[in-house]
Amino acid sequence: MDALDRKLLRDFARLWAQFLAIALVLAAGVAVLLMSFGMSKALDETRDTYYERNRFADIFTDARSVPNSMVDIVREIEGVTAVESRVTTHATLDIPGKVDATVAFFLSLPSSDPLLNVPILRRGEWLDPDASDEVILNEPFAKENDLFPGDQITATLNGTKRQLTVKGWALSPEFIYTIGPGSLIPDNEDYGIAWMPERALAAILDRSGAFDNLALKLRPDVSPEPVIDELDRLLEPYGAWGAIDRSEQTSNAFIDGEITQLKTLAYILPPIFLGITIFLVNMVIGRVVLLERTEIGLLKALGYSNGAILAHYLLLAALVAAVGVALGFILGSWLSYGLAQLYATFFNFPYLIYNVSWNTYLIAGLSGFGAATLGAARAAWSAASLAPATAMSPPAPPRYKRNWFDRVLNAIRISQPTMMILRSLIRWPFRAAMSALGMALAVAILVASNFFPDSLDYIIDNAFHQSNRQHAVLFFNDLMPESAVEEARRLPGVLQAEGQQYLTVVLRNEHMHKRAVIEARRPGNDLSRVVGEGGVPIDAQPGGIMLSYRLASQVGVGVGDMVEIEFLGLRQGVYEVPVTRLTTQFFGLGAYMDQATLDEMFQEAPQVSIVNVTLDSAQTEAFETRLKDLPRLAGRVMMLENREGFQETISENILITTTIYLLLGILITVGVAYNGARIQLSERARELASLRILGFTRGEVGYILMGEIMLIALIAQPLGWLLGWLICWGMTESFESDLYAIPLVLKPATFTEASLVVLSAAFLSVLVVRFRLDRLNLVSVMKTRE
Amino acid sequence: MDGAAVETPVFRTEGLTKVYDTGEVKVFALDGVDLELFSGELTVLLGPSGSGKSTLLNILGGLDHATEGRVWFRELELTNLGDRGLTRFRRDHVGFVFQFYNLVPSLTARENVQLVTDVAPNPMRPEEALERVGLSHRLDHFPAELSGGEQQRVAIARAVAKRPEVLLCDEPTGALDSKTGIQVLEVLKHINEELGTSTVVITHAAEIRKMAHRVIWFQDGKIANVDVNETRLEPSEIAW
Repeated sequence: MDALDRKLLRDFARLWAQFLAIALVLAAGVAVLLMSFGMSKALDETRDTYYERNRFADIFTDARSVPNSMVDIVREIEGVTAVESRVTTHATLDIPGKVDATVAFFLSLPSSDPLLNVPILRRGEWLDPDASDEVILNEPFAKENDLFPGDQITATLNGTKRQLTVKGWALSPEFIYTIGPGSLIPDNEDYGIAWMPERALAAILDRSGAFDNLALKLRPDVSPEPVIDELDRLLEPYGAWGAIDRSEQTSNAFIDGEITQLKTLAYILPPIFLGITIFLVNMVIGRVVLLERTEIGLLKALGYSNGAILAHYLLLAALVAAVGVALGFILGSWLSYGLAQLYATFFNFPYLIYNVSWNTYLIAGLSGFGAATLGAARAAWSAASLAPATAMSPPAPPRYKRNWFDRVLNAIRISQPTMMILRSLIRWPFRAAMSALGMALAVAILVASNFFPDSLDYIIDNAFHQSNRQHAVLFFNDLMPESAVEEARRLPGVLQAEGQQYLTVVLRNEHMHKRAVIEARRPGNDLSRVVGEGGVPIDAQPGGIMLSYRLASQVGVGVGDMVEIEFLGLRQGVYEVPVTRLTTQFFGLGAYMDQATLDEMFQEAPQVSIVNVTLDSAQTEAFETRLKDLPRLAGRVMMLENREGFQETISENILITTTIYLLLGILITVGVAYNGARIQLSERARELASLRILGFTRGEVGYILMGEIMLIALIAQPLGWLLGWLICWGMTESFESDLYAIPLVLKPATFTEASLVVLSAAFLSVLVVRFRLDRLNLVSVMKTRE
Repeated sequence: MDGAAVETPVFRTEGLTKVYDTGEVKVFALDGVDLELFSGELTVLLGPSGSGKSTLLNILGGLDHATEGRVWFRELELTNLGDRGLTRFRRDHVGFVFQFYNLVPSLTARENVQLVTDVAPNPMRPEEALERVGLSHRLDHFPAELSGGEQQRVAIARAVAKRPEVLLCDEPTGALDSKTGIQVLEVLKHINEELGTSTVVITHAAEIRKMAHRVIWFQDGKIANVDVNETRLEPSEIAW
């Protein structure tokens, strides 16, 4: 090893603490990059592979009842390569030993091998095509309920109770994310998927020779829109709900949302960390070059080339990058593995293709080395271009000039140490500004991570305490006469009961259109209602439609505009109504109408598709038991369980992510504050020592050292709040989908906590440097020429 | 008081010893020095590099601890004072001048002096201190805008502004040319006479001894010789 390399290693060892602080910031960037890119890629690949192998359909549609002969006609549509017809229904289950009335979505498996959405058998055996009492359950549901092959369950199908035998467990690409109607998150205990032989299920549902659900596979080069239009036209006479492509298929849409979120993270966070790394490397290597001026001069006098000097300092930065990238690889691999586990519990994949590819590592590694090189470039270049004679003489002292700022300082008569702090800020405004920006980003990251819980609290309060105040929702496979509400009121434990209609529609305005579900209610309904700003309940005005802002913007309408409504499924027809009001909604794309208006439109007796009830908590068991015997009931959602499930899942995720962000914020602060203070100490050792000799105490001298960084940290706070607000706003915008929106809720406590964390971390980092100051040898510092 | 120093000791040492232990060898920077420095006296310490002058000055000024022996400032024994006590001692009683001026670059001449006057119990006004060193016209200049001699004079103004009882100068002219150096010496003499500040000057320029009341020669950590000047020269009469 030649002498210059030895110097390199010794310099690195000497400044290890500063370099480690930088390496940790860099590691965080590399780790987040690996994690978010790695995970989104893993999810993407797993999903694509699963879809491909198990022939996940491209288009889905529901209808009331369509003769099987239509299958051949649909298959003739240009671009369609496979068609699978199915019969489906929701039904309540009675599981031995379980009080709750569980709900399952039943769907048929064809007698021959399924062409599309092929389930993977995970346990037990396939159904006998001729059997009438066999069922295969989706794996998570069966596991949650301890239902094994051979076990018996009872299902209320088409009004009749039937004993069914569990034959096996399966997973399907259609149900990676299994969410029941009216639920907010998967509830594998109370909502399951049940496959039955087609002949048996069709017979039970009185649908022999017909189907109610169709799945289509397209040629890869065919776009779904014309096929959907043709399909809708063909099935319209049969009460079709309107075909959807993958983007609107619930399970797929949720996974899409998740992948988008991961990708957003990959674009927001790593650049922040890499940017701060560039700044820190620039600051530290810049200082090293300044201190080593005479050595550089000497090296040049000895005959080292400019290139060798340039390489020397770039290599120093590369060593920092090597440590950072290595730590980032370890941390990132560990984090993405941890996250993969988290996803495994959330999504029902039969396998997870988790291979963060070498090029992800390559990109992350190159970004790390690139950031360090970029950071060192200016200082290394200035070292290389120093003329030996200039280098051997001491640098010119920093020039301070009197300006307006000094006159202000004089006027307010501040102490000399404070003056020293302020002048230094003015002397190196770029460095001060970058340090402030770095710490502001730390505050912003903490604000952004803290904002989720508050937003979710807001959503929960809005969704559960104000809008949906019912304890349970009962739903049916068909529209029911309004007398169903009366029947529900008579169920054991029911205190209040209110009916409601859910109708699938397509809203149209010129060329824009959107599928949505209209909720129709009686005015003054108390259990399920729309709550406007300020917590005031709003009823849809008779004769018009009320839309959520998101839906209205997708259809391009505002208050007073006319919108065309095409009713699908249970009720059919096309009507035009005015938009009477817009409202903010977080779940789904809300559309609301007055129930009497609808009844009048269709000239029908009042009907309901769901009943909301409140319950006497002492009688829930009797209520659940009774539900299992209701013949027309398709299922029920217990809102309290749903809320608890939602909160539990979310709070687990939030705890993990908040902890990660907390660490990231602290890393940035320590990196910036510690390095800033070390450089302060290096630059000011002399003047601080002379103050000590003049009789200033350690505390007073420490004040000057700590004061500047802490002042910068304070200045960073409001900037951090602003940046945090911007990041949060950006996240709410980018996470918004048809399924949900996140409100921008920022409480003062969020800002306070973020600031406290950053200020404490900065204070502790600077305090460590202050201890070095205390050990400073006063005499030797004073005796050396700078 | 030319040639007639008042015989009250400001500093007194007994067997003052300072050993630097490098692990392999022990270096005796001071080796049992017994010394008295008197109030109002201007003393010059002479001797080759490493003879112990600076070590003595640092111990007297409360910047360093002796390994053995004792040292008093008037009635106050410095030997056993901790960091807090020494800081207080420096703040209240001692002014330092170094070869390198050690001014704070971000403060003007006036503000550099103010550093001291803000915390001293009975200081003179910064303007007065700077006037005494002949810098009334440079009050609002930053160190980078001053010549070497001017910077050193600001350092002296800063050292005397608190009216210290002793002024300890380690090579105050070491970084200056002879002409500028003489201006600095004139300031030191002026301060010594006007304010009665006991002054100790370390120098390599032996000619400077001619302006002192007493000259103490150091050799190998010991006092080799002490001369008393019967007649003193003005700094302007000295050349080196």
